[in-house]
Order: sequence, then structure tokens, then C-alpha cells
Amino acid sequence: MDDVSLLKLASTPAHEETARIMQICNACRYCEGFCAVFPAMERRRLFDVGDTAQLANLCHHCGACYHACQYAPPHEFAVNVPLTLAERRAETWAEFAWPGPLSGLFARNGLALVMIITVALALAVGLMLAMISPQLFWGVHIGEGAFYVLMPHTVMAGIPMAITAFTIVAFIVGWRRYWRGTGARWGGWPAFADAMSATATMRNLGGDNSGDGAGCPGPDDRNSLARRHYHHATFYGFMLCFASTSTGTLYHYLLGREAPYGYLELPVVLGTVGGIMLCVGTAGLWREKRRMEPAVRPLAKLGMDYAFIWILFWVSATGLVLLALRETSFMGLTLAIHLGLVYGFFLVLPYSKFVHGLYRFAALLADAGEARRSAM
Amino acid sequence: MYTGNDNGYPERWDVLVIGAGNAGLCAAITAAEAGCSVLVLEAAPRDMRGGNTRHTRNLRAMHEEPTDVLTDAYSFEEYFEDLMRVTRGITNKELAGLTLEKSAELTSWLGERGVRFQPALSGTLNLGRTNAFFLGGGRALLNSLCRHAEGLGVVLHYDTEVADILIEDGFCEGVRLAGGETVPAKKVITTAGGFEANLDWLAEGWGEAAKNFLVRGTPWNTGTVLKSLLDQGVKPVGALDQCHAVAIDARAPKYDGGIASRIDGVPFGIVLNRDAERFYDEGEDFWPKRYAIWGRLVAGQPDQIGYAILDSVGVSRFMPSVFTPIRDDNIEGLADQLGLDPAAARTAVDQFNAACPEGPIDQSVLDGKSTSGLSPEKTNWAAPIAVPPYYGFPLRPGITFTYMGVEVNESAQILMADGKPSANLYAAGEIMAGNVLGQGYLAGIGMTIGAVFGRIAGADAARSLNR
Repeated sequence: MDDVSLLKLASTPAHEETARIMQICNACRYCEGFCAVFPAMERRRLFDVGDTAQLANLCHHCGACYHACQYAPPHEFAVNVPLTLAERRAETWAEFAWPGPLSGLFARNGLALVMIITVALALAVGLMLAMISPQLFWGVHIGEGAFYVLMPHTVMAGIPMAITAFTIVAFIVGWRRYWRGTGARWGGWPAFADAMSATATMRNLGGDNSGDGAGCPGPDDRNSLARRHYHHATFYGFMLCFASTSTGTLYHYLLGREAPYGYLELPVVLGTVGGIMLCVGTAGLWREKRRMEPAVRPLAKLGMDYAFIWILFWVSATGLVLLALRETSFMGLTLAIHLGLVYGFFLVLPYSKFVHGLYRFAALLADAGEARRSAM
Repeated sequence: MYTGNDNGYPERWDVLVIGAGNAGLCAAITAAEAGCSVLVLEAAPRDMRGGNTRHTRNLRAMHEEPTDVLTDAYSFEEYFEDLMRVTRGITNKELAGLTLEKSAELTSWLGERGVRFQPALSGTLNLGRTNAFFLGGGRALLNSLCRHAEGLGVVLHYDTEVADILIEDGFCEGVRLAGGETVPAKKVITTAGGFEANLDWLAEGWGEAAKNFLVRGTPWNTGTVLKSLLDQGVKPVGALDQCHAVAIDARAPKYDGGIASRIDGVPFGIVLNRDAERFYDEGEDFWPKRYAIWGRLVAGQPDQIGYAILDSVGVSRFMPSVFTPIRDDNIEGLADQLGLDPAAARTAVDQFNAACPEGPIDQSVLDGKSTSGLSPEKTNWAAPIAVPPYYGFPLRPGITFTYMGVEVNESAQILMADGKPSANLYAAGEIMAGNVLGQGYLAGIGMTIGAVFGRIAGADAARSLNR
């Protein structure tokens, strides 16, 4: 591991553009009521590479400031905060990613993701077919341990566990790089509580900072909270699925009970509700992304956004299909597809849009500390 | 572009509004809510719509008690006193009183039509008591009002410049577009702004100096409509050379620079002219009370240029500027970069430094730290320019808006040369702001005048159509 305490981020065209725009914004400040980006900007006079990385990761990309901007194109100042910060954000993710060579995945992520998933999917199906007989694969299995007739539990759970261990290391390195690269400082537990609340409520995406929470204006200038609601569905749906997996693990090891569990048992209820929320949330985010003002769409990064939404949707949807078909002869096939997607999802996690959560939280935490210190 | 009456538009619009700024949209919405068919013609493209409203941020509103967007109270009397002070009494007292009275309704009226305000920041900013701030600024307000107007059936046409107002015996038949087409209307409300973007017209009041002015405001305020009205014997108001002009960064765009182009550093350094001489007391008063005279001061200097010179202590005392200041480790080098005579600049700085009092300055009060023996003196915050690196900002007069316009009555009806109101021709906004603002400026009152008279004009037009 390289020495992160001295991490100096690279200067890039997106950094230069961010610094140029922030100097204009800092002399205007009309947008200070929108979100955390602008008060954070006002606490700075100069915008170094770490500053632009921090501001970029604070941005939730709602687009409100673009629609309100008196200096947006065709004005000669050509200020486009959401687009510029999105481009800067994407390149900071690539810079923080570990191991470095894999960070290239960010650049061509949409395609890379799909390719990895396809391979993983094929492997999963192939493994299954190799390990079991076709009769078992197309057979009907009911009752405790039915899934593990096709694939031993140690293999099924062991694969994601191994990947997760790797992912945790990648995230820790990424977090440390973020923290050192942006010069962030721990702001104490009250600041931590602020950041948690900002994460849980998504108040920066929808104008709570303005006091009315009426949403962010879209291309038609209509305020809408749709993106926040769909994001909530996705985020909390994901958390429920995580809780479902965790309770399932407890059932398995503590209670010694093997999946599948009954429809009204905790792991299934959590997973079903979470899965439906994820499907609704990701489908909604997909729609909102397509409706986004063209001028603020970060084209280079869009593939990554879509790919992540796409895989989250299909992981959830195939999970629900598996639930519906688990007592039929299609169980083997749906299980294989679902597992392939799940493994693919875990595999690309540290190099996918998933990291926005990590760095957004880091940015919110750093910002909350900064805000508290400057208010003192 | 206006496409004529071949697509379901009325043969003759009830109300035709010129300009899609704050005043025009308030007029259009009021008339449409009363049931009128309304057409708004905007000279700019959609992205640049709304005249100077795009560059605004707040309006000044009277209120007897704290509201959701204003702290404390701002009484009619206090507001009126403020207005009398800045205009030195050059105002139509009846119209001024009407503006102030009606200002009390504005935040709720606009709020009900989709405009969002920043919450009142209690106690921090003095302006939070007198002025309500639009969330996201004037362009956000325009977006909300345009959407609301469209929802009411108001038709908005962009890139559509009005060239002439068609007046017969004090009665307006409609307008002629720059493309030659005429658009008939029963009532015409002009909210077409001033003429700050018309340097030739400015030169009639300012002489050749006007060529060196920068226009902070919209490039579409060329005064075409105002000229058409004045040429047809409408009664003018305000002086030709009265305008809101501040000292802005000389590197700012020729047009449309807006708020970001201003320089706040004058009180914390010195300002030299082309000949490297000081010409005015930089520390006369707090900057918000003085920034609006510096446009005129710089306009009065040779070549209409000034140079603010600060050291590294002074430069940290004010809000960052949109353009990076020019920087050098010594005064001569800075002067050279700015195009000033290095020896003369050195002398000016040395003389200033030698005349500065002992001890630190306090920028939070009028600290009375005055130079002694200079002409002119710097009467507050005089601290030597001595800690390198040194910084310089070139300054030009930046015109925000002009005051000369058309005279109106309390129904926003335009007065003809004989003092009689036109039956169906109204004005609101910058084109008639000179009725209230003879000179001087009170932050946020331009938007107040626009919204108040826009609503009055829209309501009176609808009423006289029996809507």
C-alpha cells in the first residue's frame, strides 16, 4: 500500500474547470440556499485539488443551481456546476480506487460491468451444471436445504464472502485516500450525527436546506422530490435486503436452520419488501435520470450510473422471481441467474457507482465538521 | 418568434406585455388570473429571458412583524425615510408611498405563485430584516413565474423584439415587431426596461466617456421601446445621466457581468487613476453604502479607469472576486503589470503609507483611522500598503440600470405630454422606476417597484376590460 498520508491529488482539466467555476460562484453566491456545496465553497477562497474533490463529492447532482444560474451558457462565463462537479467526482473515484490499475474500470465501467457480470453468470451456471446432474438442476426441490442440493452452502456463501473481504479492504483504502487527499478532519460525534442525518434524509437532494423541502427543479422548472423518493426506496430497500441476508446467516449458523425459509419468516419478509423497494426505486431512478436536463448530463459517467441502476434492479428482480419459482422445476435456472448477478454485483462493487455512497458520506462527514468549526 | 394569428391566437389580445422580467410576469399573471388573454413578448432568447431580473437577488418589503422570510419589522415610516435619504427627495411621494404600502403583500403573493425565498437568517445579515432573498436568485424567480404564467394560459414568445408602440391620439393600437409585423392588442403594458445597453444613448448624457462603460445588466435593454414612447410625446421622467453604476472589474464582460463582477476591496486599499493619483476618500463609509458612487467616480477620471491597490493583508478582508487580482512582490512590478507608471505609483503608495496612523484598523466599525496631510484623505481604515505580495484590480464604471423613463400615475398608466393618462398604455418596472427613484439606490427596491407596478398595471388593464 502506498503512503496515503502524503496523498496529493492530480490536477486535471476537470479540477481546473471546477476551480474556475467556483471562483465565479464564490463572487455571486446566489445559490447558497440550495445545498451544502455552496456554504462549503464560501468557507474557501482558493480551490486546490483536494477542495474541488470535496465539493464534487458533496454535490448530489440535482441540477437546481444550473437552472437558477445567471452565468450558465450561453453566458460567456459558461458556468455549469452540476456537470463540472459530476466530471470531477468521477475522476476522484478513479483516483481513490484500490488497487490503482483496477480504477480503469471507472472509465469504461458500464461496459466492464456488463462483461464481468456475463462471465460471472456463465461461470455460476457452468459450475452448477458441472457439479450436479441435469436431473437435479431441472428437478423440484422443496423443504429445508433445497437450494443447497444444487450448490453447497459453503460455496454459495463463500464466494461473496471472499469478495466482500476484498471489497472491505478496497473501501478502507479508498476512504483513507479520500480523507488525506481532501485534507478532511474528524469533526466529532455531533458532526457524525449531522452527516448521518443528511444521509438518511437526503436533505441536500430536494431543497431542505432552503427550508421548504419542495424539491429540485427539473428541465420543465417544476420542483420535484421524485429523485429523493426513488433514492430512499433504493437505499432503504438495499438496507432491508442486507438485513435479510444477515438474519438468514443467523438462522443458518445460530438456529441451524437452512434456507429456503417460509414466506412469513423474517429473512423472506425483509428480502421481499426490500427487493420490491429496490425494483421500484431503481426503475424510478432510471426514469428520472433519463428526464434529466441534457445540459447537466455527465456523458462520460452516465454509463456507470445506468449500469449500477441496471444491475441493482436485476439482482432484486431475479431474487423476487426466485422466490416465486423456488418450488418449481425452474428453481435451478433462476437460482443460477440470480447468483450470477449477485456475484457480479459484489465483484464490481468497489469500482462501480456504489462508491458514491462511500465518498458522499465521507464528504458529508468532513463538511459537517468543517461547518461546525467555522460556526464556532 | 411571434407567429401571428394563424395558430389559435386571438385576433386582438386583451393584454400584450412587453418584456418577461419580474414586472412583466407580475402584470401578465395578474391579468391572466382575471381572465384576460395575455401575450408576453420577450426580446431575449429563452435562456437569457427576463432582463435585469436575471441578475437580481432580493426585494425590499415593508412588514410590521417577522415573517417566514423576513426578520424583525420594517415599518412604512422607516422604509420611507430610507427612500427619502437615498433619493434626496427626488421622488413622486404618492407613487413612492404606494410602492411601499403594496410591498407588504409581495412575498406571499409571489410565494403562492411558486417563487421560493430563502428562510430569514435571524440576526446575521442586516439585509435579512429589510430584504427577502429569492432562493437561487432572480433567474429562479423567473423560472417559477414563467411556469406559473404558462399554466394560466399566458403565451410567451422569445427572440421577439418590439420596435414600435403604435399610438394614435393617446390610444395604443398595438405594437410593431422588429420584423415588421404588427400585433394588435386592447391593452399594452410595457415593462421593457431601461437603455443601459445602448452606449450611444448613454453618450448623450455622459459624452464619449460612455464608450468605456461596462454594462453589468442585460444586453437586451437597448431602450427601443422607451425611445418609441418618448418620440411620440409621452411624458419623460428622470435625468438622462442618472443610473446605477458601480466600480467593477475592468476585465468583466462588456455586457451582462452581473453581481459577480463587482469589487469589494476599495475600503481596504487605495484607488489610483490612470496617472497613479488618488482621487477620492476610499474609507468614507461602509462599502455597501458607498459602492454605488464609485461607478460615477471612476467615470469622472481620465479614460474612465481606476486601479485598486492592496497588500496581502488588505486583500483578505473582503469577499473573493471573480477575477484573480493582478499580483506582484513589489509595487513597481504591480504598477508595470497594471500599465501604471511605476515611479508614480511608488510615490503614491509611499505618500499614503507615510500619512497612515499607527495601530490596527477595525473593519467592523467606522474606526476613524484616518490619514493626515493627504488630499484627499482616507478617513477610515487607513492602513499602510506594506505587506507583499501586492494586489491590483483594474476598475471600470459598470452600469446596472438607467433611471430615465416614462411618467405614470397610481394606476401605472403612462402619462402623455399633456399630463393626461393614456387610456390603454401602461408601464411597470425599470422603464418607470425613475418615478420613485429620482437618484440614488436602495438595495432591492427595483424588484419591489417592478412587482408592485406590474400587478397594478395587470389589474387595471383587466378591470378596464371588465374582467
